[in-house]
Amino acid sequence: MGSAIEIKAVSKRYGALQALDDVSITVEPGEFFALLGPNGAGKTTLISAMAGLSRPDSGSIQIMGHDVIRDFRAARMSLGVVPQELVFDPFLSVRETLRFQSGYFGLTRNDDWIDELLSKLGLADKANVNLRALSGGMKRRVMVAQALVHRPPVMVLDEPTAGVDVELRQSLWTFVKELNEAGHTIVLTTHYLEEAEALCNRIAMLKRGKLVALESKDKLLQHGKEREVAFKLNGPLPDTLLPRKVREEDGRIVLKLPDIAQLEQVLAALREAGVAVRELNVIEVDLESVFVNMMHGGQV
Amino acid sequence: MQGFLTLFRKELVRFWKVAFQTVAAPVLTALMYQLIFSHVLSRHVEAYPGVSYTAFLIPGLAMMSMAQNAFANSSSSLIQSKITGNIVFLLLPPLTALEFFAAYMLASIVRGMAVGAGVLLVTAWFGLPLPSHPLWVLLFAILGCGVLGTLGVIAGIWAEKFDQLAAFQNFLIMPLTFLSGVFYSINSLPPFWYAVSHANPVFFMIDGFRYGFFGQADVSPWLSLSVVGGSFILLSGLALWLIKSGYKLRH
Ligand SMILES: Nc1ncnc2c1ncn2[C@@H]1O[C@H](COP(=O)(O)OP(=O)(O)OP(=O)(O)O)[C@@H](O)[C@H]1O
Ligand SMILES: [Mg+2]
Repeated sequence: MGSAIEIKAVSKRYGALQALDDVSITVEPGEFFALLGPNGAGKTTLISAMAGLSRPDSGSIQIMGHDVIRDFRAARMSLGVVPQELVFDPFLSVRETLRFQSGYFGLTRNDDWIDELLSKLGLADKANVNLRALSGGMKRRVMVAQALVHRPPVMVLDEPTAGVDVELRQSLWTFVKELNEAGHTIVLTTHYLEEAEALCNRIAMLKRGKLVALESKDKLLQHGKEREVAFKLNGPLPDTLLPRKVREEDGRIVLKLPDIAQLEQVLAALREAGVAVRELNVIEVDLESVFVNMMHGGQV
Repeated sequence: MQGFLTLFRKELVRFWKVAFQTVAAPVLTALMYQLIFSHVLSRHVEAYPGVSYTAFLIPGLAMMSMAQNAFANSSSSLIQSKITGNIVFLLLPPLTALEFFAAYMLASIVRGMAVGAGVLLVTAWFGLPLPSHPLWVLLFAILGCGVLGTLGVIAGIWAEKFDQLAAFQNFLIMPLTFLSGVFYSINSLPPFWYAVSHANPVFFMIDGFRYGFFGQADVSPWLSLSVVGGSFILLSGLALWLIKSGYKLRH
């Protein structure tokens, strides 16, 4: 079987702005994939291109093997998108919204699935409420349900947890994980890096329209081999170690090591200077620091 | 096909939920015109031999209301969806350009026809005869609403703000519908305005529609049919091409 998403050399300009610059990404079926990048990096533009909402200037995109422009019907049947902006039709109730959305995808008798979506997303008691009367987080849930009415094999969520409370974030991720385990391919963008870290197996990072990293999460974390180690010492830091010092926080001195293996040398230098170590912590790298590092031009 | 039916139904639900405003209000407006103009002018003019001014006025008012409301239906629905952003839910599904266009256009026809039927109903007692050619009546009603519904689709896609749409409505649709022989037979016009009226497709809608009721009109119903039908085909082609190309919908 082919790839779930195949993005080939996609570029897109808005006037003088290069929103996407020769981006190529392949996502395999069943992957849980994160698309990261700062504001304006081009994440939404890339998702719009996958969904046919915008037309790339060059390059091509296939969803489940269907070209999103030439074979748009099959491509769109295979794709569910939760847009970043909170949008809704103020004339309709939740159930009407989902029934109409099913109809646009050619489905008439979809009520069983709609009921399941409503209950999974905690919307069962809101089924007949008008969208206008729902809170923002509830509207977001309806958008997730709308993206799923046609049970697409590929689902893309553009910052689905923005403005959503902790409880919904939890239940949303449980739900999306279930979908993933049931075989759906999931792509998400988020600014909460711990979400990407907890959920995804592969990560792409965009910066000013360019793909700056595309790797499995573990590999990406490994790249951040640089470790920070916090020491509590019973004497002053020897001069030889001063260049390694990055900061001091609550009585502890934080040193930066290009590799954890160099801890040996640091300890040796301390012993030589007659300074004893009273406490030692290795500060774990997380995606966030790798991310921040990369976005500030650091090398992967 | 199912996609088209769903969107068509949604467009019907949309105006029907606020029918008081989308159907009843224009019917009332037309009734006001009928009352005022027939009161002021009835003793002075006999439009056609044997046709009183009050009777003459009715089909014109009905067609004018149909035209304005058919335009309003598709254009306001589209611009609202664009401005609120929920048009995205129509752009994500696999709807074809034809399905998209046909749903908006046909819903406009239904709204126009509902308004037209309402206007005829409340004004008929001013002396409207039973149509002498009911098929012409029906044909011009459908095609007239179709032309304006299609123009509404084009305007709704083109406009980015409500005031752009309002400009379209006030500077194009209103003059076209008012300067179309609703209130007078254009044969009574000075040559210049006579010529101008002949360049207005809405004139032919009204004239053809009138022919269906009275069996007489300013021009042949076949000429009217070809102008109105031609406009419909031309505008539909343009609307379909805009939708297919993604003009202002898919950037
Ligand atoms: N329709 C448009 N017209 C002009 N410029 C646009 C348009 N859409 C996006 N852009 C520009 O393209 C760039 C990428 O925008 P995009 O929305 O893809 O960023 P993003 O990565 O999704 O950011 P965020 O995290 O804020 O959602 C931005 O500089 C944005 O201003
Ligand atoms: Mg975005």
